[in-house]
Amino acid sequence: MIELPPPREDVLARRAQIAADLRGLIDKPEAVIDAADEMRAYETDGLTAYRQMPMLVVLPGSTEEVSRVMAYCHDNGIRVVARGAGTSLAGGALPLADSVVIGVSRLSRVLDIDFANRTATVQAGVTNMGITRAVEHEQYFYAPDPSSQIVCTIAGNIAMNSGGAHCLKYGVTTNNLMGVTLVLPDGQVVELGGKHLDAAGYDLLGLITGSEGGLGIVTEATVRILRSAEGARPALISFDSNEAAGACVDAIIGSGIIPVALEFMDKPAIHATEAFAKAGYPLDAEAMLIVEVEGSEAEIAALLDRIVAIAQAHDPRTIRVSQSDAESALIWKGRKAAFGAVGQIMPDYYCMDGTIPTGTLPEVLGRIGALSAAYGFQVANIFHAGDGNLHPLILYDANKPGELARAEEMGAEILKLCVDVGGCLTGEHGVGVEKRDLMPVQFNPTDLDQQRRLKSAFDPQWLLNPAKVFPLTDTPPAWDDPAPLNLPTHGGVDAHASH
Amino acid sequence: MHTLPTSETQIADTVLAARAERTPLEISGGGTKRRLGRRVQAAATLSTDALRGITLYRPTELVISANSGTPLSEITQTLGEQGQELAFEPIDHRTVYGGEGAEPTIGGVIACNLSGPRRVNAGAARDHLLGVRAVNGRGEVIKNGGRVVKNVTGYDLCKLFAGSFGTLGILTEVTLKVRPKAERAATLVLFGLDEVAGQAAMAEALGSPFDVTGAAYLPATQASTLGVSALADAGTSATVIRLEGFADSVAYRTDALRGSYGPRAATTVLDDADGAAVWAGIRDVRPLAASSGSLWRVSTTPSEGPAVLARLRERSPVDAVLDWGGGLVWLAVEAGDDDGAAAVRDAVRPSGGHATLVRPAGGGPGEGEVFDPPPPVLAMLGDRIKRSFDPDRILNPGRMYAGV
Ligand SMILES: Cc1cc2nc3c(=O)[nH]c(=O)nc-3n(C[C@H](O)[C@H](O)[C@H](O)COP(=O)(O)OP(=O)(O)OC[C@H]3O[C@@H](n4cnc5c(N)ncnc54)[C@H](O)[C@@H]3O)c2cc1C
Ligand SMILES: Cc1cc2nc3c(=O)[nH]c(=O)nc-3n(C[C@H](O)[C@H](O)[C@H](O)COP(=O)(O)OP(=O)(O)OC[C@H]3O[C@@H](n4cnc5c(N)ncnc54)[C@H](O)[C@@H]3O)c2cc1C
Repeated sequence: MIELPPPREDVLARRAQIAADLRGLIDKPEAVIDAADEMRAYETDGLTAYRQMPMLVVLPGSTEEVSRVMAYCHDNGIRVVARGAGTSLAGGALPLADSVVIGVSRLSRVLDIDFANRTATVQAGVTNMGITRAVEHEQYFYAPDPSSQIVCTIAGNIAMNSGGAHCLKYGVTTNNLMGVTLVLPDGQVVELGGKHLDAAGYDLLGLITGSEGGLGIVTEATVRILRSAEGARPALISFDSNEAAGACVDAIIGSGIIPVALEFMDKPAIHATEAFAKAGYPLDAEAMLIVEVEGSEAEIAALLDRIVAIAQAHDPRTIRVSQSDAESALIWKGRKAAFGAVGQIMPDYYCMDGTIPTGTLPEVLGRIGALSAAYGFQVANIFHAGDGNLHPLILYDANKPGELARAEEMGAEILKLCVDVGGCLTGEHGVGVEKRDLMPVQFNPTDLDQQRRLKSAFDPQWLLNPAKVFPLTDTPPAWDDPAPLNLPTHGGVDAHASH
Repeated sequence: MHTLPTSETQIADTVLAARAERTPLEISGGGTKRRLGRRVQAAATLSTDALRGITLYRPTELVISANSGTPLSEITQTLGEQGQELAFEPIDHRTVYGGEGAEPTIGGVIACNLSGPRRVNAGAARDHLLGVRAVNGRGEVIKNGGRVVKNVTGYDLCKLFAGSFGTLGILTEVTLKVRPKAERAATLVLFGLDEVAGQAAMAEALGSPFDVTGAAYLPATQASTLGVSALADAGTSATVIRLEGFADSVAYRTDALRGSYGPRAATTVLDDADGAAVWAGIRDVRPLAASSGSLWRVSTTPSEGPAVLARLRERSPVDAVLDWGGGLVWLAVEAGDDDGAAAVRDAVRPSGGHATLVRPAGGGPGEGEVFDPPPPVLAMLGDRIKRSFDPDRILNPGRMYAGV
């Protein structure tokens, strides 16, 4: 089990009083949950290997209630963990034993749809798909499309800066978020951004996005909605080697085409998803690409012609251009269900989420293959090939003693490999508790302290989701952290202790 | 005093020395935008002019890295040789600042987070910034982000650096996402619409399925300034809409969009060369560059652009160009001692957004507030953020706000 900060005994001792006080702060007393069986639903998130019961759960019904709860927790030194739908794959929503979990499930209203300005304003508990559902009658959609989009909330998406298969063209959450209502750790409410573009002053909206619930609680969000293209169609291209598939990706991008989606699967992933979805994937291929383009019928046909011509120069095994909406849906069904499909062939899998420079794919897959052999775990690789986001799924059996720990160890090796080739630890799932202790692989102590000082600027007491993102420290740096005077005037950067 | 470091280490040493002596530094790239922002209260200048060079360029990975003092022109040219570009269309401010300074640098582009007409479709400079290396006000070298598009590892400091006007750190290297240049760009023009109808037409275009990459409105007096005879000869307002991509696709979408407007306005389609002149002129605010008034840049709710202008006209004469579908309003205001600050800010407030004084009538930079003064909570957060990077206020003190 991952190490969490020791619970504050003085806080735990006041649990009953705290629950009573919180009931006085919100309109529905039953929205303060303290019964163990009811809190069980909050003890873990999408990273189910880690579990921790919170002290209490509160489900506020408005920004004002969130503000009151936050001010109370601030004044009483109580830790807070925000929670959306609990689908984080990084343990981002994992509670602490002495924490109050603030859930956004009652903040589920769509507040404003403004087609003239192409924005939607929703409460933070609205699901990702809920936004698209609210605007699709006018052929609009909300672009970032995590595979968990039916359940995950915009709050969680903002906190994790989530992406999806179609982000190659439309960007991830940060590129589609225009404004938020944010409750600071002391209960103050700020409005960032709005229906206009670009920040006045420092881009706090950009900083909040991806801050994993550590800087404030989002209660409302204004997002950019887009008019759907006239149509979209994928092609499925398979190859005898990862190298050929990688070269084909480079050639497509190099030709000036940016497809809406460009997804790669290796042989184990093809087999797992085909067994599940019966999408007609080529089982004898080593690698497969799904390339999707958008536009009118004629535009789609012209773009797919170009792509097919490029693919043909890379020794493809099969090329299959979708001929109907039903066929398109089938081709996507396998990819979208990939995680679930892998879960069918093996009781447990560990989903990694590194990013690599796209050109290093063959090398990285080769080195993952070597790790797979060394650890004795099968790995299925799913790759957002256009933007370098690699999801190796390590298949293991948690019932076998020690397998989880070894799968995690192998996962850490894969992420170090991603950093080693010029990539990063996480492309869209976030750091959470899961990759917290790997942060020093990518950042040196100076880099990390700059980020920690920013957390202190928003949350001087480190009450908000404190055990996530950064390796645990006894005393995090203060935001103004006055450095000693009489600094050296030569010899480069002064190395200062971070712990 | 003017220092011209040639390496990141020298920049860090310079900052350490400045901090030890408590002497603030003004940070300069090409110096083309010294008049944008407030006057810096510093005796010494640190220029990145000698920190040049592209350090990594992978066309098939759509990524480029360069030292911050690299001239923008070098980057544009290198990308152009591979048929690529910076999709956010950085503004050429030499038009409005009268050619002052040398070459603009990539560090300056990012520090100002200024984006051109394609902002509505492709995002801002900040959306294309993948990674940075910088020296903060403590003299420490810090890095953030990287060279890959998908990256959520730790806090996103790139967003903070973009638009921080050199007040948080001296960028030493930036890594940017690049995009293939479109094969064709067509510009659809609707003539003779008034501001409100023009804004509505832009909203329709941006709400169409046709992937519009620019939507701007030029009143008659401005439309004639861009050296494009099709606009000048019409003698009326021009609502301009850009469509880019492969030739056959652009032709199809342009026809479809043109048809969707019906007979409400006379229309024409500009070829690529005329279109390029129009969009470069809008990007660089050429129609208002020669104005004697104070030049303002207003970012507001797109549908409210005309309302902002109507409110402002009740108080003073104004020339304007609308970009970003109405959400970016460039204003030349004939105004009193405050450069029209009170009138402009009052006009923007009910519509949401903010106003920046880009060029004071007197030539500036001035002591007055250039950016909207933030509400108290945001001022408090801004102050703490500044101090988390630069506790002694060594970097560009006073550039954005008094005290920041
Ligand atoms: C099957 C499956 C597929 C997935 N596919 C993808 C994918 O394709 N792309 C992708 O990017 N992710 C994916 N994920 C990961 C996950 O769905 C995303 O990270 C999602 O954004 C989490 O949203 P949530 O509502 O479940 O948030 P939670 O898991 O509840 O919380 C996530 C983080 O957000 C914080 N948070 C929650 N609410 C707030 C708030 N109001 N204010 C501030 N912080 C808050 C939490 O503290 C936590 O740190 C997948 C997960 C699963 C289980
Ligand atoms: C083809 C093309 C041509 C262009 N031509 C021009 C042009 O001719 N003139 C023009 O002005 N713009 C031009 N641009 C637009 C460009 O976006 C900026 O205007 C310009 O790059 C400003 O850079 P500078 O180095 O002159 O900045 P400066 O004026 O030196 O600085 C502007 C601000 O940025 C800060 N700053 C500068 N460098 C750094 C750094 N390394 N780290 C932190 N802060 C820093 C300064 O402190 C200051 O606050 C062009 C864009 C394109 C695409």
